Amino acid sequence: MGGRVLPAHRLIIMIAVIDYGAGNLRSVANAVARLGYEPVVTSNARDVREAPVVIMPGVGAAADTMFNLRKHRLVTAVRQRIVENKPFFGVCMGLQVLCSRSEEGGGCECLSIIPGQVRKLPPGLKVPHMGWNQVRQKVNHPIFNGIPDGTNFYFVHSYYVAPDDKNLVAGETEYGITFCSMLVQGNLVATQFHPEKSGEFGLKMYDNFIKSALGNK
Amino acid sequence: MLTRRIIPCLDVKGGRVVKGKSFINLRDAGDPVKLAGFYYREGADELVFLDITATPDGRNTMVDVVERISNEVFMPLTVGGGLRNINDMRRMLMAGADKVSVNSAAVLNPEIIREGAARFGSQCIVIAIDAKQVGNGKKPRWEVYISSGQKPTGLDAIEWARRAVALGAGEVLLTSMDADGHRAGYDNDLNRTVSEAVNVPVIASGGAGSLEDLYQALAAGKADAVLAASIFHYGKYSIGDTKRYLAGKGIPVRI
Repeated sequence: MGGRVLPAHRLIIMIAVIDYGAGNLRSVANAVARLGYEPVVTSNARDVREAPVVIMPGVGAAADTMFNLRKHRLVTAVRQRIVENKPFFGVCMGLQVLCSRSEEGGGCECLSIIPGQVRKLPPGLKVPHMGWNQVRQKVNHPIFNGIPDGTNFYFVHSYYVAPDDKNLVAGETEYGITFCSMLVQGNLVATQFHPEKSGEFGLKMYDNFIKSALGNK
Repeated sequence: MLTRRIIPCLDVKGGRVVKGKSFINLRDAGDPVKLAGFYYREGADELVFLDITATPDGRNTMVDVVERISNEVFMPLTVGGGLRNINDMRRMLMAGADKVSVNSAAVLNPEIIREGAARFGSQCIVIAIDAKQVGNGKKPRWEVYISSGQKPTGLDAIEWARRAVALGAGEVLLTSMDADGHRAGYDNDLNRTVSEAVNVPVIASGGAGSLEDLYQALAAGKADAVLAASIFHYGKYSIGDTKRYLAGKGIPVRI
């Protein structure tokens, strides 16, 4: 430490898991801990801006998520972090709210960080789309290191993202339609599936992300 | 393509896994945390834990068990048994469960489904239905039982499934009381009828004795997932054997 005195939490927070009142964060934190890191669950905007790695989980409705992000004053921090291309991993609703607008609940304005719409899965299928489904890799990217093309990941959702810029689509999955199940833009990675519920390949994806994020620091 | 799920079920009493025959004559089958790790490594798609202690002490033990399991396995976990209110649900979800299943409490107070779905999301709320065939006409009917199968409710299982889904349940865990524990096959008339009546996934439960039984529940029963306990716990079939068998029959599974 070279004799420098820093506030304790500045030394500890390397991996921030954003807590905005969205239920079960334990699985994400457990997954990160299993990889040998020390995750910190936080709703502090400064942590969200400054931690070397940020993971934003999320389940539930888009409108509730937006409400909670505003309530915890995290909207600016999340937007700023992604605009500055700092490592950010969004999961499920943590992917959807990055888009412009969601059809959910009669329509909901989202963060508009990734231009695009969040649409309801087509009728005639059981919803939620719940279970393990294949992710077809659309790009060569270190996030897929050690993860075979077509690996099954665990999904549970009723809406999907349709980004305007198709070049951002890193993974596709079929459920009635072919939809964007994973998106990559610089140091932003966001998945519709839940890596923390997707066994060893899910853990591997978090590990790839964290290694690359800490390496880029 | 979405794969069909193979789900071992662990009945937990006083922190230990047990399995009953038609809900009576419990036999000890092990430590839930060890079994969860075992099934995780074997490639199970999901785990269901049912707390059959149904006492406040038992529930505290269960919270602890769920916490320990969620540290070890990175797959979906459903927890049920004796959850009476939103706070019980919240405790299990915060302990690391992804879904909670409600059975008796939902029959006695259907609003718990609506409240749970509003608070945690439909994807978290599983309606567990124990159904028993009534009458013997050409068109079968099933009645809903509660209190671990002790108490008939007069509710029609199909109508109750529809209503629970309308209230916000995101999945149906459907147990045939007639088939449960007999290892002679699922009630696939029941499975198919419910699966066609609701637009959420249905987990078939009760009666698995062979791999053919699992296949039939997915094919003839049109279930989205199959749940079984004893055929896995006592090592009759591994998850790997099961999936290879189903894949050979053309069922999409994660291998």
